[in-house]
Amino acid sequence: MTADFARLPNGGVLPLVQLPRLGLERFRAAVLDEIAKSGARLSAFFACPGDARGHLLIAVLALDDQGVLAVTSCAVEREYAALTPDCPQAQGFEREIAEVWGIRPLGHPWLKPLRFQPPRGAPAAAERPAIGLAPFFAISGAEIHELAVGPVHAGVIEPGHFRFQCHGETVYHLETSLGYQHRGVERALLGGPAARTIHYMETLSGDTSIGHATAYSRICEALGRIRVPARGQALRGVAQELERLANHIGDLGALAGDVGFLPTMSYCGRIRGDALNLTAILCGNRFGRGLVRPGGCGCDITAGDVERLLSRLEEVRRDTASAVQLLFESPTARARFDDTGALSAQTCRELGLVGVAARACGLARDVRRDFPYGIFQFAQLPVCTWESGDVFARAYVRWMEIQQSLIFVSEQLAALPDGEIRRVPTDGTLAPERLAIALVEGWRGEICHAAITGADGRFACYKLVDPSFHNWFGLAFAMRGQQISDFPICNKSFNLSYCGHDL
Amino acid sequence: MSVWNFSYAALGLLLAPLLPGIVNRTKAVFAGRHGQPLLQTYYDLAKLLRKGAVYSRTTSWVFRLAPAGGLACVIAALLLVPAGDYAAPLAFPGDLILLAYLLGLMRFMTVCAALDTGSSFEGMGASREVQFSALTEPALILGLAALAYATGSFSLSGIFGGVTRPDWLQVGPALVLVAAALLIVFLAENSRIPVDDPNTHLELTMIHEVMILDYSGPDLAFILYGASLKLWLLGALLANIFLPLSGRSGPLQIACLVAGIFVVAVVTGVIESVMARLSLLKVPQLLVGAAAMSVLGFVLMLRYAL
Repeated sequence: MTADFARLPNGGVLPLVQLPRLGLERFRAAVLDEIAKSGARLSAFFACPGDARGHLLIAVLALDDQGVLAVTSCAVEREYAALTPDCPQAQGFEREIAEVWGIRPLGHPWLKPLRFQPPRGAPAAAERPAIGLAPFFAISGAEIHELAVGPVHAGVIEPGHFRFQCHGETVYHLETSLGYQHRGVERALLGGPAARTIHYMETLSGDTSIGHATAYSRICEALGRIRVPARGQALRGVAQELERLANHIGDLGALAGDVGFLPTMSYCGRIRGDALNLTAILCGNRFGRGLVRPGGCGCDITAGDVERLLSRLEEVRRDTASAVQLLFESPTARARFDDTGALSAQTCRELGLVGVAARACGLARDVRRDFPYGIFQFAQLPVCTWESGDVFARAYVRWMEIQQSLIFVSEQLAALPDGEIRRVPTDGTLAPERLAIALVEGWRGEICHAAITGADGRFACYKLVDPSFHNWFGLAFAMRGQQISDFPICNKSFNLSYCGHDL
Repeated sequence: MSVWNFSYAALGLLLAPLLPGIVNRTKAVFAGRHGQPLLQTYYDLAKLLRKGAVYSRTTSWVFRLAPAGGLACVIAALLLVPAGDYAAPLAFPGDLILLAYLLGLMRFMTVCAALDTGSSFEGMGASREVQFSALTEPALILGLAALAYATGSFSLSGIFGGVTRPDWLQVGPALVLVAAALLIVFLAENSRIPVDDPNTHLELTMIHEVMILDYSGPDLAFILYGASLKLWLLGALLANIFLPLSGRSGPLQIACLVAGIFVVAVVTGVIESVMARLSLLKVPQLLVGAAAMSVLGFVLMLRYAL
């Protein structure tokens, strides 16, 4: 059993020679067994070019209760027996592997393109597959009707296509078809780190700049054997919680807006801006661009900045509390949130959901507690969960996390360590032939970055998993049997990233 | 028949686009915003009338007829509404039935036009509109019937001219029930919260707005203007019940009623500010509740009216 997996901590590095290489059948059995027995999650599952015999499939399992990552691999040529029939959380990963590398997961129940990207290794001029053109799951019957929404939506949001199978106002099935935001980021990262790499990270999903930049920086630090100074770690933690704060506040306002509850919508819209402005005090950019850098932070703050941050944080706390109280005390708003779009903990576990969506189903999954990193090794945040799994639960978990983040940021700012903020190694090279994995709890949930370096110490493979990648399927399940007019609030309660999924 | 009989309808044609502005300004105040100008609807109408219209190739004459037809219906209905003692220009016994069916005809045309586009969104909106209006109509008709019984008149002009202060003393509770029912009818017919959300951009949740998604230019102007007039028309019915002005001077009555309609618009803004929209599953309960209040009001009138 132990020989089937290499175990490493969050932010750990594994020499490639120590990566277990199992046979196809043993690989499949070991991964399924670990997921079934110890409740492990599939954090990442991807292929990378191996030796002459074909590709290497790598599975990264997160063992939440032990706080370790289990990694294993197997060589594969053209096809293998899909994990999805026995392990639904693998469905997106296997579709991606099939699309990018042409490796067929045999027995995958719905093997259609995920992002409509050209296969890896295709010439640069190759035509991209026609996006969105693929069979959709359909239900037939006299009173069944199909509804297509998007990719162009009303309002300023990202493009994505939703296909509903409805019976009257009731949704039987929702299929999401994304890929409109595909930019080829993973391909662009090969051969890095380069001057552009950090900017790709900060714009992977614009609202998660800090989260993704932190994960990437931790990969570089692990491979470059850099220890980040205490002040840099604390500032990163503050920035990450400010990001969570701003997005959660914005989400609560948007949820209120979708049920037509105006006061909270207007107030939270403004307070979200105030919270973003706090990040601007840290680094001059409202979305935290330029703040997190490999080795520490890109900019420092003065004692005066800390004073300003603390006093404005107090204003944010006061305003948010009154605006959110209005929302949760309004019977008409509560009536819309309660029992809408409920997911069971069982479904949530099987789909491998992460972040707010999982915690709202009562699953205490939080990278900050389970795989503590950076400042979170020293300052613990309680994991906020709620049992009901519905829109209310996702809204309420957000509110609880807002309160925890406010406390955390105040405490960290009040006791900010002195010293330097960044340590850059003199040679700046990464260890060759290594696998490094970093998990970060972004505001949506677990962000997983996995990098493999070649003999030259450059990225031979870089795998990005945004929490949205896990959670889009959760939204489809939450909509089953719901009123179609409740789709907007269900969608908003997950608030997933399109570009974080499409990469 | 004097100039006052027409003044009210004329004021309606002129001032109705002010009502959405008042509603929006009220909502803005509650939300701590400045809000759009009071006269925004006038600006919108002026802009839209100058524009050309775009028509989908899948639509037919039905689609083009609906905006003008709907506007004609609501203007005709406006001519049935009295102002205090002044009978409406088109008053006749039974005109309350005509009022209900003019509104019904307007809706029929909008629904047909929505179905004409062949869009699945608009089909869904049409289905919701028809379902909910079937539940709204009993509340409206029964409410008017209760008032007709109380005042002994089958004309809107007789009914609203006849609601006097003694009536409020005699059958006040019944009048309150009928007024509450008509308020819900007012909100439902005008696609306001809690039944519909006029501000949403989410096509999956809309009722009225989704049916007019394909309109542009002057057609959209007609629809917007028609919606303002409908707001005015139903607001006038409510104001007429609450303001027993019989016997006062003409200008005073008219001024009080216009002020009353503005108050109804403010009340609408307050309602929209303090509550969320109902789930579509709960809307029928609200509408049936309105019908029940009308019935109860009617029964009370039968027992206690003079």
